[in-house]
Amino acid sequence: MQTESPAAPVTAPAAVTGAARRERAGSNAVRGAVGALIALAVWEIAPRIGLVSSTDLPPVSTVLRVLVREAGTSAYWTAIGETVYAWLLGLLIATALAIVLGFSLALLPAVRAFTTSTVEFLRPIPSVALIPLAVIVYGTGLGSTLLLVVYAAFWQIYVQVLAGVADVDPVAEETARSFRFSRWARIRHVTWPSALPYVLTGVRLGAAVALILAVTVELVIGAPGLGAEIAVARSGTEPALVYALVLTTGVLGVLVNVGVRAGERRLLRWHASVRREVPV
Amino acid sequence: MSLVLKPLRWFLLPVILIGVWWAASAGGQNFYLPTPDAVVRAFGPTWTPATLRADVLPSVVRLLAGFAIAGLVGVAAGTAIGLSPRLRAYSEPVLEFLRAVPPPVLIPVVMLFAGIDNTMKVTVIVFGCVWPVLLNTIEGVRAVDPVLDEVCRAYRISGLTRLRTLVLRGASPQIMTGLRQALAIAIILMVISEMFAASSGLGFTIVQFQRGYAIPEMWTGIILLGLLGILLAGLFGLAERVILRWYFGLRRAARDGGN
Repeated sequence: MQTESPAAPVTAPAAVTGAARRERAGSNAVRGAVGALIALAVWEIAPRIGLVSSTDLPPVSTVLRVLVREAGTSAYWTAIGETVYAWLLGLLIATALAIVLGFSLALLPAVRAFTTSTVEFLRPIPSVALIPLAVIVYGTGLGSTLLLVVYAAFWQIYVQVLAGVADVDPVAEETARSFRFSRWARIRHVTWPSALPYVLTGVRLGAAVALILAVTVELVIGAPGLGAEIAVARSGTEPALVYALVLTTGVLGVLVNVGVRAGERRLLRWHASVRREVPV
Repeated sequence: MSLVLKPLRWFLLPVILIGVWWAASAGGQNFYLPTPDAVVRAFGPTWTPATLRADVLPSVVRLLAGFAIAGLVGVAAGTAIGLSPRLRAYSEPVLEFLRAVPPPVLIPVVMLFAGIDNTMKVTVIVFGCVWPVLLNTIEGVRAVDPVLDEVCRAYRISGLTRLRTLVLRGASPQIMTGLRQALAIAIILMVISEMFAASSGLGFTIVQFQRGYAIPEMWTGIILLGLLGILLAGLFGLAERVILRWYFGLRRAARDGGN
């Protein structure tokens, strides 16, 4: 650590040439792959030599075989589809609600003052507390999943929207005002672009939480989707299937993270935080 | 004027909302939506000191134990990984993948190992909470001020002193952010693990009420859980203000000096 960059890292990237940077990124990718292979090897060997019981932790080769077998069935893809549908729809509803409410409240400070206490009371309520309520109102269908996904993701995005709207540069705001921008034009050309990075951060956080909640609701109350499949697999006799499905949720999580980040970079192409980022 | 208006603003909307709730449930038409006074009346008999001790205290102890273990493991491992770019390069993809797994799906997995007793619940909480602490610690350690690092080196401050005064101190705002996220996950996992497989605890009790159609009692459980969430978030905020006092002071000074 000391030998690699003794100088301030702030200035270091400028000195590194493109080729060297590519090379370092390349060797890091190799190291990452090696690390992943080591982890997989441990997972394969530990049950085989009896370090853990192979019914508790089946070797990774067994789990992957089960995963491949499952990928050939339509039930597996239906479950993924149901989880993704609930996640995406819930996230869209939560985003739309948070943006509309966040912008209208932020632009009307008096209303915001009236709602603060309620927001501060509702926000820390763990969303899973509402599971029994959702079951009673919507049963074990998509409605329950959506209710909890929207509730959980909404707060993440809403708080960010409020912060973003509050962070508008007063000089830009005053400039727009002195150019006689209408209220709508000020929102469109000043408030919205300044708040957008915050909004997208909120969407990124909300997307992760929404996926967790979607799978959780399916797991606990048996709403259709990957979580329900895991609950069913657990009561079966094949532990490898549980691991195969858990791996699937992990892959889904990675795809969500990567997808949302890519969308964020696209939408914020003009923004300094993205422009400064060096593509590797 | 503002002395009157301020509390009024705080209480007006909650009062309106409870009023709406009352009006909507008053006729007793809706079985699932009891009146607020029915919920309030059910609160006392449902949560006596005895039931609080029997159902809520074990839940909270499990939550705090899991949170504490996750915090220690996350900070220790995060510091090690953050200080070594090599270790970071090796472990990053694996960590990113493990973080992407939604924590509640670990409950069935950990149940394979640990059955359904206390160990399982604490393990699940640790497994779910450790990632935000770990990843935030790594980022925080990486972002330690290079000038301070140079100063440390110039004064030959090394070893434990350097770790304590430079690395951990410098990373502490990030570490606290990670712990805050972990706390929210810990509450979720505590409730979920009890809803999924348990014979006691707050989550279990709420599900029992729901299955038995004891609707006002179920609502009191939800409210109690909400109060617990608010209490823990509040306590964390207090702890954060004490631990990061130097940081908030620094920021304020920077802001005042900048203008």
